[in-house]
Amino acid sequence: MSIRQLTVFVENRQGAMAEVTGELASHNVDLRALSMADTQEFGVLRLMVKDVDAALAVLREAGHIVNVTPVIAVKISDTPGRLAQALSVLDAANINIEYLYAFLTRTEKHAYVVLRVEDNDAATNALVSAGFKLVEESDIQKL
Amino acid sequence: MEAKRYYQEEIETMPLEQLRALQKEKLLKQVRHVYENVPYYRAKMEEQGVTPDDIKELEDLSKLPFLTKADLRDAYPYGLLGMPLSDCVRIQSTSGTTGKRVVAFYTQKDVELWEDCCARAIVAVGGTKDDVCQVCYGYGLFTGGPGLNGGSHKVGCLTLPMSSGNTERQIQFMMDLKSTILCCTPSYAAYIGESLKEAGYKPEDNCLKAGIFGAEPWTEEMRRDIEKALGIKAYDIYGLTETSGPGVSFECEEQTGMHINEDHFLAEIIDPDTGEVLPEGSKGELVFTALDKEAFPLLRYRTRDICVLSRKKCSCGRTHVKMTKPMGRSDDMMIIRGVNVFPSQIEAVLLKEGYPPNYYIEVDRVNNSDTLDVFVELTAEQFEDTVGKFSARENALAEAIKTMVGVKPKVHLVNPKSIARSEGKAVRIVDKRKLH
Repeated sequence: MSIRQLTVFVENRQGAMAEVTGELASHNVDLRALSMADTQEFGVLRLMVKDVDAALAVLREAGHIVNVTPVIAVKISDTPGRLAQALSVLDAANINIEYLYAFLTRTEKHAYVVLRVEDNDAATNALVSAGFKLVEESDIQKL
Repeated sequence: MEAKRYYQEEIETMPLEQLRALQKEKLLKQVRHVYENVPYYRAKMEEQGVTPDDIKELEDLSKLPFLTKADLRDAYPYGLLGMPLSDCVRIQSTSGTTGKRVVAFYTQKDVELWEDCCARAIVAVGGTKDDVCQVCYGYGLFTGGPGLNGGSHKVGCLTLPMSSGNTERQIQFMMDLKSTILCCTPSYAAYIGESLKEAGYKPEDNCLKAGIFGAEPWTEEMRRDIEKALGIKAYDIYGLTETSGPGVSFECEEQTGMHINEDHFLAEIIDPDTGEVLPEGSKGELVFTALDKEAFPLLRYRTRDICVLSRKKCSCGRTHVKMTKPMGRSDDMMIIRGVNVFPSQIEAVLLKEGYPPNYYIEVDRVNNSDTLDVFVELTAEQFEDTVGKFSARENALAEAIKTMVGVKPKVHLVNPKSIARSEGKAVRIVDKRKLH
């Protein structure tokens, strides 16, 4: 069960990040979570938004390079060691994690951890079999 | 005994009138040789309605058609060959646009004459058989190494065929074997100078007295820097593979321009737009006619280099005409770290790798070494959400460009439509080196 992440190319220059967030703000796009990976040369901005299609249209219209990346997100209860358990489940299933980022929710006593793996289905199966609950896009919208 | 001042004194100091007569005799013979042996050029002459009988005086040269780099590509590989392949003993080559190279052929006599030209350049900077000549131009298809190597042998110098790179070893040999003459690109000479300093050597610690530096544009300021860093006199040398290689012209002790070896190469200055021959002293495109070359006898070859010729009497005693350093190009070729680079080559790589042909190129010189930055517009297809994969893509593009042009650029991927579109001819190159 995958959910859609927006992945935005950000040039390495002053103000580039502000342009992207500014575009989203001026079109009232609600951000749910974000993560930025950067090198000396460029940045890759990963976004969870309330309305994926609207945000995609806004950013493309503004001339940004945006891809939709299917990722999975797992609900992690707010107890120490729970994330480690989730990751060891994936490790046991031989699933490599390319990157992850986490965010807390206001309504549930859960953290949401977004995971980018090669095989979403395999990761989903492994986590669900181990008793973890996955986040759906509707969960993101409700936040 | 006073050191020899000329390698071939009679030719190099020949009175102008006599030189003219020699050129005329050679030209008439060469035009006939080309007409009879190079069908590609013969067709061009026929198209223009010219036969060898129309060429009676040096002034008739302007009746002949030009050759350009495009002709060399069209005729690749054998189309401009003037001798049977069995009489050729060597090829040299340059990188060319879109992967097609320029291949030049040499008979043994061609090699000898080319090496003579390089020997003249070495003697002109004070070279004798007692010198140790360190050649760190590249060896191989590039003409720099083989040309100066041959010239150095002819002068009788102890020749160090170092080729380029491995600076630590260059310095070790330079110090241990007491090199007195250094031959390389000016940027590499500057780099060697810096490396010597880093290794704790002072300019007076080495035995060098002179350097012969060419294959890329350099400034008077750079000359002074190199002279100071190495404790030498730095001399310019000019040439191109199409006309043989380095040694077409070279600087003498006056350091006020390069004497063209006029007994072998007839020089003209033309208006690059109209092709009209300009009077002496005018600034324009340099055109060469090879008077002695057998295997690759190019007539009226357009070099695309812009310069000025001068017959002002030279204190060195040489009578051959002097050319200024090239002041620019009449095409968009760039010389980066001694390598000829055309924007069209980079464009071809972008298209092949799936990038849009929206790009610009920035060339600069940092610490006397050329830098090449290529800015390319990104497409969604080329974008990756993981940094590792995306960096790998950027690097793959840089490597692909290196394979094509011979110089590895720094690639910068930028947002679509962020590179300015201009009406008409796009400005693709920003050269910040201020070389001219």
